[in-house]
Amino acid sequence: MSEYQLQEIPVGPYKHLVSERAISGETMILNMGPQHPSTHGVLRLVLELDGEVIVNCIPEIGYLHTGVEKNMEAKTYLKAEVMTDRLDYMNNMGNNLAYVMAVEKLVGLDVPERAQSLRVILTELQRIASHLVWLGTTALDLAAMSVFLYCFREREIILDIFELVSGQRMMVTYFRPGGVWRDVPVEFESAVRNFIKIFPKRIDEYEALLTKNPLWLDRTVGIGKLDAATALQHGVTGPTLRASGVNWDLRKARPYAGYDQYDFNVPIETKGDTYARYLVRVQELRESLKIVEQALNKLPIGPVRSENRKFVPPPRSELGTSMEALIHHFKLWTEGFPAPKASIYSAVESPRGELGVYLEGDGGPKPYRVHWRTPSFDNLSVLPKIVKGHLVADLVAILASIDIVLGDIDR
Amino acid sequence: MDWTLWVEWFIKALVVIFAILTGFAYLTLYERRALARIQTRIGPNRAGPQGLLQPIADALKLFFKEEFTPARADKVLFVLAPVMTVVPAMIIAAVIPFGTQFTLPFLNRPVTLYVADINVGVIYLTAIASIAVYGIVLAGWSSNNKYALLGGMRSSAQMISYEIALGICFVIAILLGNSMSLLKIVEAQKDIWFAVIQPVGALIFMITTLAEVNRAPFDMPEAEQELAAGYHSEYSGMKFALFFMAEYEKMIVISMIAATLYFGGYREFWFLKDTWFSVDQHWWLGPIYLLLKVIVLLFFMIWIRATWPRIRYDRLMAFGWKVLLPLSLALVFITALGILLADQFGAIYIWTIPVLSIIAGLVTTLLTNLSLRRKVAHA
Repeated sequence: MSEYQLQEIPVGPYKHLVSERAISGETMILNMGPQHPSTHGVLRLVLELDGEVIVNCIPEIGYLHTGVEKNMEAKTYLKAEVMTDRLDYMNNMGNNLAYVMAVEKLVGLDVPERAQSLRVILTELQRIASHLVWLGTTALDLAAMSVFLYCFREREIILDIFELVSGQRMMVTYFRPGGVWRDVPVEFESAVRNFIKIFPKRIDEYEALLTKNPLWLDRTVGIGKLDAATALQHGVTGPTLRASGVNWDLRKARPYAGYDQYDFNVPIETKGDTYARYLVRVQELRESLKIVEQALNKLPIGPVRSENRKFVPPPRSELGTSMEALIHHFKLWTEGFPAPKASIYSAVESPRGELGVYLEGDGGPKPYRVHWRTPSFDNLSVLPKIVKGHLVADLVAILASIDIVLGDIDR
Repeated sequence: MDWTLWVEWFIKALVVIFAILTGFAYLTLYERRALARIQTRIGPNRAGPQGLLQPIADALKLFFKEEFTPARADKVLFVLAPVMTVVPAMIIAAVIPFGTQFTLPFLNRPVTLYVADINVGVIYLTAIASIAVYGIVLAGWSSNNKYALLGGMRSSAQMISYEIALGICFVIAILLGNSMSLLKIVEAQKDIWFAVIQPVGALIFMITTLAEVNRAPFDMPEAEQELAAGYHSEYSGMKFALFFMAEYEKMIVISMIAATLYFGGYREFWFLKDTWFSVDQHWWLGPIYLLLKVIVLLFFMIWIRATWPRIRYDRLMAFGWKVLLPLSLALVFITALGILLADQFGAIYIWTIPVLSIIAGLVTTLLTNLSLRRKVAHA
């Protein structure tokens, strides 16, 4: 027996975070995660429970720490981009976009029109895919299991489009400083059009299963209310903030990548509960589809990469005929391009909120410091406040509704 | 009592147990295939034609799994709990009539198609059905795991509160059948099924049975998303298989009971009673009819699981005590009133029962909806 002595979770380390009653043993300390089906990755939550009512919730992060920020300092600007795919693995295109925009801003690189439109189309498709995973897993956490599989059916179409353009389903690294990796194949347009055609009906299907379902309402309405002041205090962004009635979307507020050319709405809800967050995201599915359709309709013809050979590798076809192209190719893929001694911050609207990159150059070919301002990290910080007084079953719903991705939190 | 009766009972009990065990095995396959169809998947179709050998493969896998016992578990209760869960699920089938009777060829001996016809069969059902909760509570407690404990506590609260509404639905069937013997209740449905006379009662019965067997949307004790499988999270190997078995056997048995009490049991549709399809003319149709009814009822359980989110624990209790219990009590009153009217003023007055109970059901639905809408508006 002795060698198998199990340890209860000691109250000691959490003394300042739990209530008096936990120390006297009146309330129960429950460890949830890092291996738990509903913590969306390897999040660990230490819960203080009074029966099933949550008195305190202490999130513990760091189980998925990958050192992406530090690793990026050891790579050239071009090669560091592959690390960004691994951050928020539900938003690979969006991470690429945030990073390449920062690099372009740092070195002052132009991006052709066609590349901008392609970036918008693919990022919005990525947003749809991310929201689909969110919708599916949230429904699954509340045990509406079929919605999960329906959502993944549609996500599969999007991942197929990604595979078509980049050769990869998830770790795409498709956007590059100065444009995109290469032009999209001819099948791209019909594949996206097919998706645009079938998807609105599928959203109606999800809504038919959930939006007015009394059980769904019962589980989500009034659960985990987050008011605008608290949200702003914690730096909450994205759909979670917009469900609390704050109209803040970087695509509208600080347009980038040509988002100002498109006509779309930013869905706002005011209640700030789990149901409001659900409504915002479902409406965003429709809005993103609108953007994709508009961008595809006016997708210009032309180059997809900047002609600035000091930063953008020359096309393969030129290597055999042009000495200069060969030199550029060699220089860019071995040494990399130098960036000025300056620091910039650039942010995009990821499916989860404001995804920002702080990039500091030191005149050399590698960044001196890279810092990611990731939305999940800030959004999670509000969790302990909004779960208090709810049941364990609600915690699962609330955690799902703020849509965290652990790769995004531990970077 | 001659010895041949013992032999007969023994053989019939064996047949029933094997039928239920086989039923359990194929119910798992049925559920997985049906769920897969609903969810645009294929489901297990590799082992054998159409995946028919899948249950055997699953059973073999569970046999060879390690039996893990947590270090500080209560060893005796930990082993006892799955047994206490699975045994009631099997013995409950003893009183369910599978058909009328037939004469054995050569021996010229009548054999009835049920193990026992107890004159208080319905009481036996309620009594045995409640024993299963002990197994779940003990499993949750003896595992020495907080999640399991929460699951066990939830299940005891849930089962106790839903048992009352369930028992009242039994009372409705007793009133309509004028007997506590399940055989007599089935025979009383010769002219019309009780589900037609008391549709709301049948519906409540189905809802409470979902809670009684811990099926979605009332699968609180297991709640894999919140409690990581709840009371059986520490169980593995055959001990886990016993819990699994108990859950699915209970599904089958409770569907049989629902069919017996409200859907004519082994009897044909009431309008077929004088035709070739009647069980009075062909005894072997009885078990077939019962099987078909069970398959249909099981499909509803699977369908509900695929469609609906889970109810929250406290809302579930509120629903049981504040909605189902008053409604079922009202239904008992309506049923008794209708029977009295029919006795006094003629058989046609039996139709006051469905009319009044549907009105009661609609009023309840309306009130529940209103309260929900009020909650949504104020949130």
